[in-house]
Amino acid sequence: MDKFARRKYILGAIFVVIVLIFIIRLFTLQVLDSSYKQYATQNVLRRVINYPARGLIYDRNGKLLVYNKAAYDLLVTPREMAPFDTTQFCEILKIEKAELIDGLNKAKKYSRYKPSVVIKQLSPEGYAVLQEKLFKFPGFFVQSRTLREYPQKIAAHMLGYVGEVDRSAIQKDKYYSQGDYIGVTGLERAYEKELRGRKGVNFFLVDVHNRLKGAYLEGLSDTVAVLGQNLVSTIDSELQRYAEQLMQNKRGAVVAIEPKTGEILSFYSGPSYDPNLLVGRERSANYQILLRDTLKPLTNRAISAAYSPGSTFKTLNALIALQEGVISEYTAVTCNGTASSPIRCTHFHESPIALKGAIRESCNPYFWNTFRATIQKYRKAEDGYNAWRSHVLSFGLGEPLGKEFLGQSSGNIPASSYYDRYFGKNRWNALTVRSLSIGQGEIILTPLQMANLAATIANRGYYIEPHLIRSVSEKEGETHRLAFQRKNTTVAPEHFESVIEGMQQVVDQTNTRYTAHVEGIEICGKTGTIQNPHGSDHSAFIAFAPKDNPQIAIAVFVEFGVWGARHAAPIASLLIEKYLNDSIGSPSRKLLEQRMFDSNLLNPNQPK
Amino acid sequence: MASRNNIWANLDWLTISLYVLLVFMGWINIYAAVYNEEHSSILDMSQRYGKQLLWITAAFVLAATLLIFDSKFYVSFAYVFYGATILLLVGILFFGSEVKGARAWFQIGGFAIQPAEFAKFTTALALARFTSSYTFKMENFKSLAGIGGILLLPVALIFLQNDTGSALVFGVFVLVLYREGMSGVVLFLGLLIAIVFIMTLVLDPVTTILVLTLAAFVAYYLFQRSLAESIKGLSIYTAFFGLIWLGNYLLKLGYENTDLLLVSSVLSTAIFTLFAYRKMLKQTLVIPGLYILLVFMTFSVDYVFNEVLEPHQQARINELLGIQSDPLGVGYNVNQSKIAIGSGGFSGKGFLNGTQTKFDFVPEQSTDFIFCTVGEEWGFLGTTTILLLFLALLLRLVVLAERQRSVFSRVYGYSVASILFFHIAINVGMTIGLVPVIGIPLPFFSYGGSSLWSFTILLFIFLRLDASRMEKLSH
Ligand SMILES: [Zn+2]
Repeated sequence: MDKFARRKYILGAIFVVIVLIFIIRLFTLQVLDSSYKQYATQNVLRRVINYPARGLIYDRNGKLLVYNKAAYDLLVTPREMAPFDTTQFCEILKIEKAELIDGLNKAKKYSRYKPSVVIKQLSPEGYAVLQEKLFKFPGFFVQSRTLREYPQKIAAHMLGYVGEVDRSAIQKDKYYSQGDYIGVTGLERAYEKELRGRKGVNFFLVDVHNRLKGAYLEGLSDTVAVLGQNLVSTIDSELQRYAEQLMQNKRGAVVAIEPKTGEILSFYSGPSYDPNLLVGRERSANYQILLRDTLKPLTNRAISAAYSPGSTFKTLNALIALQEGVISEYTAVTCNGTASSPIRCTHFHESPIALKGAIRESCNPYFWNTFRATIQKYRKAEDGYNAWRSHVLSFGLGEPLGKEFLGQSSGNIPASSYYDRYFGKNRWNALTVRSLSIGQGEIILTPLQMANLAATIANRGYYIEPHLIRSVSEKEGETHRLAFQRKNTTVAPEHFESVIEGMQQVVDQTNTRYTAHVEGIEICGKTGTIQNPHGSDHSAFIAFAPKDNPQIAIAVFVEFGVWGARHAAPIASLLIEKYLNDSIGSPSRKLLEQRMFDSNLLNPNQPK
Repeated sequence: MASRNNIWANLDWLTISLYVLLVFMGWINIYAAVYNEEHSSILDMSQRYGKQLLWITAAFVLAATLLIFDSKFYVSFAYVFYGATILLLVGILFFGSEVKGARAWFQIGGFAIQPAEFAKFTTALALARFTSSYTFKMENFKSLAGIGGILLLPVALIFLQNDTGSALVFGVFVLVLYREGMSGVVLFLGLLIAIVFIMTLVLDPVTTILVLTLAAFVAYYLFQRSLAESIKGLSIYTAFFGLIWLGNYLLKLGYENTDLLLVSSVLSTAIFTLFAYRKMLKQTLVIPGLYILLVFMTFSVDYVFNEVLEPHQQARINELLGIQSDPLGVGYNVNQSKIAIGSGGFSGKGFLNGTQTKFDFVPEQSTDFIFCTVGEEWGFLGTTTILLLFLALLLRLVVLAERQRSVFSRVYGYSVASILFFHIAINVGMTIGLVPVIGIPLPFFSYGGSSLWSFTILLFIFLRLDASRMEKLSH
């Protein structure tokens, strides 16, 4: 019929040959080879996950911040269980009978064939006793885990915490399975991939009496666990602890940066908590308590609080006006004190006043005038605003800073389109947005951004991406130093000196000197007081020292801290003194330190 | 015509019996795979066997319905079905929901439909329609381009869904095209490359090359019919390898066995080629040519895969090939599967007495690894019976396809046989460790409505065509 009809034999032959090959293979598997039968009938295969220890985290001087302690989970495979003495079992483990029965019911409901955890995190003592008697309880076995431990009890927000993976994490990353731990916040989350290492799996053969018979396939199908990598942080734990003491009973944040490297020396959000609370059997109870606390101790204010920078922002407005050429160091402005319009001055000082004096006195009319000059340099207000804004953005404001800070707020430096929407296109000008000139209105910075602003001024025009981790240890002894980008601002270095002079005068010549001046250290700083409709004003202070070759730049924000000089400035100056001199020198400074330790601002209505 | 009224009599009841038998055995094994003491009623709809019973009933209704239509209906609507499937495959890229990493499912209420399953029979219909047109000629470029288009369009769309297992199925249409006159060289080379590729992934390169070398001498023997020369050649090769190995060992050069093997293969092939050229045996030159090509393919696949690619890239290639990643360690799934089948022994442990195929040991035991349950509970007798039943079905389909008068029906019939064959070969091959793990179902056996229905449709359209084979099918 057709000339290819004979090909049916070839196709038929292909079918027959493949089936024949399969049958031969099945014959060897099922009939000739008896080893598979032994594996299956005489033994039970047990899969034991080898959880590697998470990486350790050190501070910049090699002191441990986080390490691991051993813990043991008790698992059961319901199908393999035999009746046993539950009372004795509970006595060994020192647990309530109800807990055991509850755990067993859950395990049975999950699967009769797959192992699941009955009791989490046995104590090492309980484990030691159980280990010897485990043969009496077929179906049960123990899997070792590691838990985090924080010897210094500091830096809770920076380190973050570890928790069990949820369903969405398991779906996103095949590495995880039910019951695994994962970094949930902070560095634990940002460096999860480095810290977690790699799980290993061991397959064991176990006989019906729960006794180990050896490795399955001589360990051929096992995989080795790989330890997590260690991290070296940039934090100075001495300074960190001191910051936590100074900030106790206060809401707010402290961020200190080494300007030349961008390394963060201290990173605190208050109120804080002992990181050990979020570990172990009490974890979920403690978590609920912290979650319900109205002071919100779980919130990381250092990167997520929406703070108005207030007068600290005037330093930046001065730099922008200098760069735009609308003022010089000597440009003087007349100040009418409280009678000034459209923004009143809140201080008494000589008039007319030039740049350094204006920073020293935080003169509102002066900064309103320079801001207006900056905006009006351009024909359209929108263009002027955009020029101003791009300078601001070049200081790392208005956008997330650094990749390590997961969940950080961008702050807010509104785009001109925001005002277009609010007032209408071309229907706003410098006067409309005048509060920006004194760091209020829509501007929002995080404490991290404020500290970075201080570091940028200290560096005279550039910053290194701020970061908490200096290096990662890849293998034994091999460390990998992380690289961070240097970013130059759009303001030229020569404009910084006069602003820095002004900042030095703030600390040396105004009332702030009583709380911020330190004999022998040239500190440059700027206070900010942020009006708070809900109670006492907030207090902010940015500073760096020494003036030449700065070693530390810092931002302190204290909620309900009244005004800048009252709480933020002393705390910042004490931290600078501690960092540069290792100790607090004069008796008057000791007194100031004690006052900070003692002051309690948690009740905003109490008289100050 | 009388035959129209008489289609029940004209139906091939042998095929239908095989179908019903396989579906029934499949259900029994799903029951065994999912069985537990707490839910033992066969109608328990919370269990997979309960649901599968529902799918089976629906499949029977579907089969009967398909037989009611006139056979001309399938011919005239072939392109319409095909077009509709393509639209569904495009639509799923936008509106589909993801299951196990493949965006291959439409979720309608509680039901999930997988258009790729239905693409198999609509593509078969379109291919049958295209090859049966009067202007079709296998040597004609236009015709070849048409075939390429019909096959590649669904393949590309299914690849985009990340459902590589289903996309690979379309490769089997090569068998159909071979029957319709495509050059045998294409089939031969295709099979050869597929086999070598699978060998490289499943075995190690040394074994693969040894097998290839042996095959080359067998091929030479078949070509020249000279046993003496073949053995002489083999001895020369062995001597070569021995010398090189000894040199490497004594001089402590430290080369790997694979390198030595490669060198001896290349050198002896060169000598053989020279010899054949002298003796004017030009046609035998095909053998060394192919041999050296495949040896290099083995090496490059192995080398690129293991040396050049990073682990995450390897994982991606595996995924691309449809080889499932194995989160529990090397070969864990296949090992478990082999233990389950191997532990069945000659006659099996008996119905519901399997221990390995319950919940924990074998993954996907009611879908892709259902053959394990057969192996464990029914033993070698059971697995062989099932395989022979499948073989009987395949051969019966070849017989039916050959007795068609129209090209359309014949092409469609061969498509059915080839698609079933591919699924059986890959699925069973993977459970016994002969083929990489590619997640495609075992026809009529694996749990799931979509696959059962699509195989039912595939088969019963052909049975309907066969029932009216005496009518003239015109477009
Ligand atoms: Zn003034």
